[in-house]
Amino acid sequence: MRFITEFRRSDLAEGLISQIRHRSQTPARFMEFCGGHTVTIFRYGIRQVLPATIEMVSGPGCPICVTANADLDKAIALAQIPEVIIATFGDMLKVPGSHTSLQELKADGADVRMVYSTSDALKMAEENPTKSVVFLGIGFETTAPTVAASILQAADKRISNYYVLSLHKLCPPVIRAILDAGEVRLHGLICPGHVSTIIGSHPWEFIARDYGIPCVVSGFEPLDILQCVAMLVAQVEKGRSEVEIAYRRGVRPEGNQEALRLMERVFEPGPAAWRGIGEVPDSGLKIRTEYQHFDAELAFDINPGPPSQPEGCICGDILRGVKTPADCPLFGKACTPQYPVGPCMVSSEGSCAAYYNYGEGL
Amino acid sequence: MRGGEKILLTHGSGGKLAHELVEKSFVKAFDNPLLAKLDDSAVIDFSGRLAFTTDSYVVSPIFFPGGDIGKLAVCGTVNDLAMCGAKPLYLSLSFIIEEGLPQSELKKIVESVQRAAQEAGVKIVTGDTKVVHRGSADELFINTAGIGIIPEGVDISGSNATPGDRVLLSGPIGDHGIAVLSRREGLSFSTQLKSDCAPLNGLVDEMLNASSNIHCLRDPTRGGLATTLNEMAKQSKVSIRIEEEKVPVRDEVLAACEMLGFDPLYIANEGRLVAIVPAEDTDKVLKAMRRNHYGKEASLIGEVSANNPGRVVMRTTIGASRIVDMMVGDPLPRIC
Repeated sequence: MRFITEFRRSDLAEGLISQIRHRSQTPARFMEFCGGHTVTIFRYGIRQVLPATIEMVSGPGCPICVTANADLDKAIALAQIPEVIIATFGDMLKVPGSHTSLQELKADGADVRMVYSTSDALKMAEENPTKSVVFLGIGFETTAPTVAASILQAADKRISNYYVLSLHKLCPPVIRAILDAGEVRLHGLICPGHVSTIIGSHPWEFIARDYGIPCVVSGFEPLDILQCVAMLVAQVEKGRSEVEIAYRRGVRPEGNQEALRLMERVFEPGPAAWRGIGEVPDSGLKIRTEYQHFDAELAFDINPGPPSQPEGCICGDILRGVKTPADCPLFGKACTPQYPVGPCMVSSEGSCAAYYNYGEGL
Repeated sequence: MRGGEKILLTHGSGGKLAHELVEKSFVKAFDNPLLAKLDDSAVIDFSGRLAFTTDSYVVSPIFFPGGDIGKLAVCGTVNDLAMCGAKPLYLSLSFIIEEGLPQSELKKIVESVQRAAQEAGVKIVTGDTKVVHRGSADELFINTAGIGIIPEGVDISGSNATPGDRVLLSGPIGDHGIAVLSRREGLSFSTQLKSDCAPLNGLVDEMLNASSNIHCLRDPTRGGLATTLNEMAKQSKVSIRIEEEKVPVRDEVLAACEMLGFDPLYIANEGRLVAIVPAEDTDKVLKAMRRNHYGKEASLIGEVSANNPGRVVMRTTIGASRIVDMMVGDPLPRIC
């Protein structure tokens, strides 16, 4: 099977679109939690082909977007320590913290290096024994297992100059927080695909059970999303609320047990600050005491000072699904991908970047 | 070539070692009387409309699947001339070498320059060599200039696109960027993919034989197809509409883009061209392209219209439309 082109076939898309249009009678609002889904929806123009009965809203599933300025400032403070090499995924470079960004610090001489995996960061630590390598652990359940594995490897090889700034976040607790806040009424949730590859579909069951909201786990190709919407519509029309998987090639109900065990060994749940949402209990991952000598926050004395927010930026409201980028006075004017004000315009998975790059409602 | 196995600072000093490098390696390889005179300038007799271009090459790594920095420098310069409809004739080549570069690598690159120049039918008529301290350059940088002559009656420019014109693409996109990326430190992934790096002046010749009325030609290098189309739409004050399903992308490129979060529309090419031609000439130009080795996978990908000037729009595989903007930032630094 061809795993990309098969899931972009126009004839199959046409069939799914007509099925959705035919079946959808009841007005319904669906949230795609994941920023990757937001990108697919805009890149292929999926909102344009859905019937007027269906409204789509974007959720908080962009790890960089939801990282609070206070946490970004910690990363930026670490980068300013001499002898520290910051190893990070590329998207983080451009994100503005309260006062500056890693990209600007890099231009001023800070040692900030882009890596594509934690093993690269670990190798960097081995090759630079006189320096300290700090990996910026930003991401959801998808990336946390590989970061856990890197810490275990570092322990195993007795690498003492490798650290992780753990800003990892967990998805199910934040969805509960958004639903409990009651600001946005949902009739269906497109559950994140990659996160579910790790955690499985079981952790979403409370949403269907306690909140009566249909849930379908989706992949990232246009046909995955259309299939997922068709399944949500079917549930809405029949008055069902269950957890289903439209991404069988990537997700099993029980998830990836090996990855979960790795995560469990190294991390424990703790409170985390989400941009726009605030502190959510047990929605972050803290490095366990046993491995705390790898914890960058404990190893370095950093005090970035009080965080500040850019004036006029509504990233927080957008992340809660309460507002859209079109509601923002800065959007496309003071805030563009070239000169981003808020993180949702920086990250490739951010809603504002998706609206801007692909043109909403063309 | 004597003087040890590595390039030393003295190879760029202008002294004996430098002369030895120039004469034994460059002059010999690029064998032509204009260069062999070794005067301060190449002196050339000329008449006609000149096209003149310059470019610098800093690709990393300097060897990649399907090419190297030398081939890239020749093809890139030749293609810049060809995209103006010029017949490329003469190139200059300046090497900025980081001390310590193995002489064997320089030799391979010089040979590759020679092969590419021969294929393109251009002569390297002047050049320069500098050697810099370790860390002041990364292995090897090449700067070029190129001169060509534009035949009578040819008027090709990014500002010539007219509503109703058709948009042709000479082959699948993204091969070069992904091939280079696959060899990057920290990213190496295994792929059969090769860079599309190639001189396109022969292809352009045959296209011009098929129609003397080609409006625009451009090679979608840095910034990819998306950026090139935007440039032409803005220059010509028209909109360009393409169809996603008609833009060829190899499976390997698609897979790498999915893995790395890139859009193939923004990935660099070094041996592809976009042509904008009047509707009535589409068939004959497309046929001419497909007869040439470097255009055998050519396709019609879209058309030019008058509404929304400056904008590029794509009909997606599911039948919706979206904007295709210029690239912002640089997801893949140093691919050329």
